[in-house]
Amino acid sequence: MGTESLKNKVAIVGAADTEVGVVPHLSATQLYVKAAKLALADAGITKDEVDGLITCISFVEPFMYHAEMIAEYMQIFPRYCMTAPSGGGTTLAIMHHAASAIATGMCDTVLITMADSQLSGLSRTKAIEAMSGAGHPQFERPYGPPIPAFYALLARAHEHAYGTTAAQRAAVAVACRKHAAMNPAAQMRKPITVEDVINSRMIADPLHLLDCSLVSDGGAAIVMTSAERARDFKTKPAYLLGTGEGHSHEHISEARSLTTSAAKEAGERAYAMAGLGPRDIDVAELYDCFTPVVIIELEDLGFCSKGEGGRFVEGGRIELGGELPVNTHGGLLSHCHPGHPGSMFSITEAVRQLRGECGPRQVSDAKVALVHAQGGIMSTHCTAIFGSERV
Amino acid sequence: MAAEIAKPLPAPTLETRPYWEGCKRHELRIQRCRVCGRYQFYPRIYCAQCFDDRVEWVAASGRATVLSFTIVRRPVSPAFAGDVPYVVALVTLDEGPTMMTNIIGCEPEKVAIGMRVAVTFEDWNEEISIAKFRPA
Repeated sequence: MGTESLKNKVAIVGAADTEVGVVPHLSATQLYVKAAKLALADAGITKDEVDGLITCISFVEPFMYHAEMIAEYMQIFPRYCMTAPSGGGTTLAIMHHAASAIATGMCDTVLITMADSQLSGLSRTKAIEAMSGAGHPQFERPYGPPIPAFYALLARAHEHAYGTTAAQRAAVAVACRKHAAMNPAAQMRKPITVEDVINSRMIADPLHLLDCSLVSDGGAAIVMTSAERARDFKTKPAYLLGTGEGHSHEHISEARSLTTSAAKEAGERAYAMAGLGPRDIDVAELYDCFTPVVIIELEDLGFCSKGEGGRFVEGGRIELGGELPVNTHGGLLSHCHPGHPGSMFSITEAVRQLRGECGPRQVSDAKVALVHAQGGIMSTHCTAIFGSERV
Repeated sequence: MAAEIAKPLPAPTLETRPYWEGCKRHELRIQRCRVCGRYQFYPRIYCAQCFDDRVEWVAASGRATVLSFTIVRRPVSPAFAGDVPYVVALVTLDEGPTMMTNIIGCEPEKVAIGMRVAVTFEDWNEEISIAKFRPA
């Protein structure tokens, strides 16, 4: 099994999101199952055709064997069943595992469903406190860092090394909001300006409120199968062309670098598998838990050189109609961020873009989409490249 | 202080107890590999560079340089509400390892990357003292 082991072998044949944002009428578990039902309906299959199930764990309604619990709830009896223990890059890496399970014959049709009700089930204050559990219990948490503080450390280091500005970071939030304004499903749709971001309340210098992603409810699910079998489905397949991971640390105090992440390795591995490069990407769905993350990812994924990310995001380059439209659904900054499921919405948006279903926010002639997610504090990375055709 | 009791109180483990014993005596302890000479923090059973088990506890100089920092305006939990604004920083010890800390003893706005700092200890209770840094 070399670097091309998964290229062209599997495809996403079903993809769907639940309603997102403030969804108090559905529990976390109900969101998982609703996302699953919608994705199965999109794929045009029944639940009994699922023989692999993957979920991510829920903060709000945790179960020790979460995927098994969802299988039990849905009364399906898969031969492959796995729970992802955390979010961000891990959530996207689960797609990598699912692809491998299909390619090696562990199962034929995998349902990945992820959801949570962080806003309605936890409250904003409790969600923020729960997420800060990412800090080391003895060597970080006593210093009181909320999640934005971890990312502020990265932003400050990038600013110091490369002269990145608050206005450049704000351009990321502005682009995401512009796209969300064109997406009826998005949680935050009122357009914002660079000034709005810079004038919003300071959370952890240099990050303002509008540099930070949302706290949301919501779920998303996909159905994956082999590229061969994908032809029998009613939907236009989104083929997996390449994927790769990179893992550099768990705690930010142990990071090899504050300004270069393992997105570099993840991207290089994904590009190598696909036989493609940054110039081949028509649309990118990047992990935008905080605005500086997008700038670092654009550099590490080769869309610009190191230190140029701030300049790259200026002038509408990452907006629809720009050189590289990023986060066309609005991202975690404006579409929704229910916690662990975050990157699933990037996958479902990439699928919709490749199918040409995005209406006013459609990237014209989108043939190749890149999805990147990171988890922890720029710790664990996964890149995936999908295409409307095999390459 | 009542507010500080609710802060996440570190629970020393078999592996980290020598560090916390040092903090209690206001001494910053890190590990040094007797084979390759590298210093490491947090503590580990082996040297994370050469993977030898001959690691020993040593007193660090307590001198460090600010690698990055942020001024927290929205506290992580109500227990920290009385502290805002407070500085969360990463500092690189003169011996090499990086650790997270709070920079105290100066206006938050005066903190800068590259600033020289020295360790100081905040006693949370009879067993736990927290290593913080102030301008050197």
